[in-house]
Amino acid sequence: MDWKRFSFIGLIIIVLFGLVVMVGQVKQPPLLIITSMLATTIAVATPLTLGALSGVFCERSGVVNIGIEGMMLSAAFFGWLGGIYMYNLYGFPPGISIAVGVLVAILTGAAMSLLLAVLSITFKVDQIIGGTVINILAVGLTGFLNRQLFFGKGSVFGGTVPGSPGVLPTIHVPITEIFSSVCGTSTTCLESVQAINRVFDQKPIAIGAILLVFISHYVLFNTRWGLRTRAVGEHPKAADTVGINVIKMRYANVIIGGMFAGLAGAYFTIESVPSFEPLLTNGRGFISLAAMIFGNWTPIGAWAAALVFGASQALLINMQIFRDVIPPQWSFLQESYIVGLTPYILTMFILTGIIGKTTPPAADGVPYEK
Amino acid sequence: MQSEKQSNSLTKRILQSISEAVLIPFLAILTAVIIGGIIILIVGGDPIRAYTGLIQGSMGSTKAWSETAVWATPYIFAGLAVALAFKGGLFNIGAEGQLAVGAVFSALIGYALPEWLGFDLPTIIHLPLTVIFGMLMGGLWAAIVGSLKAYTGGHEVINTIMMNYIALNTTSYLLNGMMKDPSPTNVIARTPLIADSARFPTIFEGLRVHWGFVLALLVAFFIWWLLNKTTLGFEIRTVGLNPDAAKYAGINVKRTIVLTMLFSGMLAGLAGSIEVTGLNYRHELGFSIGYGFDAIAIALLGKSHPLGVVLAAFLFAAMRNGATRMQFLTQLPVDLISMLQALILLFVAADAIIRYIYRIKAKGERVVLTRGWGG
Repeated sequence: MDWKRFSFIGLIIIVLFGLVVMVGQVKQPPLLIITSMLATTIAVATPLTLGALSGVFCERSGVVNIGIEGMMLSAAFFGWLGGIYMYNLYGFPPGISIAVGVLVAILTGAAMSLLLAVLSITFKVDQIIGGTVINILAVGLTGFLNRQLFFGKGSVFGGTVPGSPGVLPTIHVPITEIFSSVCGTSTTCLESVQAINRVFDQKPIAIGAILLVFISHYVLFNTRWGLRTRAVGEHPKAADTVGINVIKMRYANVIIGGMFAGLAGAYFTIESVPSFEPLLTNGRGFISLAAMIFGNWTPIGAWAAALVFGASQALLINMQIFRDVIPPQWSFLQESYIVGLTPYILTMFILTGIIGKTTPPAADGVPYEK
Repeated sequence: MQSEKQSNSLTKRILQSISEAVLIPFLAILTAVIIGGIIILIVGGDPIRAYTGLIQGSMGSTKAWSETAVWATPYIFAGLAVALAFKGGLFNIGAEGQLAVGAVFSALIGYALPEWLGFDLPTIIHLPLTVIFGMLMGGLWAAIVGSLKAYTGGHEVINTIMMNYIALNTTSYLLNGMMKDPSPTNVIARTPLIADSARFPTIFEGLRVHWGFVLALLVAFFIWWLLNKTTLGFEIRTVGLNPDAAKYAGINVKRTIVLTMLFSGMLAGLAGSIEVTGLNYRHELGFSIGYGFDAIAIALLGKSHPLGVVLAAFLFAAMRNGATRMQFLTQLPVDLISMLQALILLFVAADAIIRYIYRIKAKGERVVLTRGWGG
């Protein structure tokens, strides 16, 4: 990640935030808007960050993973389903059911990526086709089971979707409590502190994703495991010669990647909203791939890029709040279909390489043959 | 003596390659059907009844055959779109978006052109205009991605998917706004009905199968001819096999990439266009969803050969068409078909697994699409 890339990311985020502040300032003070935008950005960037990390691990070891979308979708479904089974059929308390749901989601991601690994590493299927198979399989499987398990003949739920155990709670960071004494009696000061506090009050997977960014960075660039992973992705033959088991390293990294994608799936149905609908991932697996490419296959760079996409989604959400105060000359901002195009157009723009070319790992996408 | 021996070995080789080309997809389908049956058993259904329903519903009567052909029409076009791109070394995951764009613009010309002109057009002019306009818009939609690939290196896999979402958002915008059917009872995001002069006639009285189906078969033949008998087809295949070699041979690789995507998008656009002019007589939001992935599966199952694509399209059409009857007989959801198709695709794409299960020796080259990102 060079300065050009980071300044581009900064610029886009400033433009997107500026747009909302400009429109919304008649209704709310700028600080409140900015903090609420920031909070939304971090939250909605979570699946993108995790998806991009999934891609980083797979591709650093030399396996192209375009199946992230399908891994997320199936993890979202099975995680949600796991929670429902635990809560409704086995009568576990909501807390435990939710935790099991997250675990099931991660395992689903791992299982799907194991399939990708078998296809692309063992059977040497073209990796893009292998990923596409995962995506199509996920759509078919979740669509079928979603209908069959709840509405099918002999369904234990008897034709209704039962209540889910709910979503993960927000973790409160006590900034207000600590700094309220500094403010004294000033209410503006207190309100500002509360507004800033909101940025830090995130849900567990969102916080976990940020921690995982730095953990991944450390693992990839400061440990023996990371060095081996990168060696296998850059020059598998050389790695093999010095005694690294290429096949094993690739399997392990693809499965780790699948677990990240699984956690991203859990975000949708266990952290964000407690329900599932077919195709709910809506292309975010692919956007996270773009984030990975723009981040030059580094965890921190990918996270920064994911934040840009998060900001463009936050723009859409916040514009709906200020719908009634949008000035007439900006009326196109009222159209959610038009504003909703931002992440997709941004992705295509970034992939043109105008902001600087990126270099994938040298052996990315090439099956290893001894 | 020698020539006889040669011709003998030639016939043998041809027979071998045919059995190879047919055997693997057949075994892939068989394996998927068996695994699908096991899944049906697990969820408490009756696999025999389910498959009987599928066959009855898709081939049990003249009407069933007609409906299968109706389903197959867009599948043939969309499958050809993906297959052509495969031949050119490109992976077009965006057939869905191109199809939607083709359908929207065909519908527009279909219902609005007489209004704009102020008089009615004869079918012989209006229908071709409608179809060609939709086809071209689908082509342009894909050519954007082709140009990005050729001139900036932006990877077509991600870009076509982004274009799918852009197409979906834009058509939602149009179908909920300026192109929405203005009749007072309408609450659905759809266009008005197209004029009679922009509609394909049906082939037989009382059956829905229309001349668009015949056009699909003709186009499949045309694509075979284009790929195998023309210079352009040769260039497309060469770029697909080895862009570096193509460059040294003096082929304009960038131009060929853009043209391949243009043609691919035109075929996908045709799929949408023919659905509007031959079947639905309007475009309705959401109708295009799922076609993109189905088209990929069809192209892979058909080994990217036009004849293979036609056969694969028929298989998929038969499954979709028979699904209703299957649901009636067994109460299994129609979505079962999507899973069955995913399994077929899994085994077709990973023919190494099929070879492994049935102990068939590998021969011939592997499909190679992955050429890294960005580069």
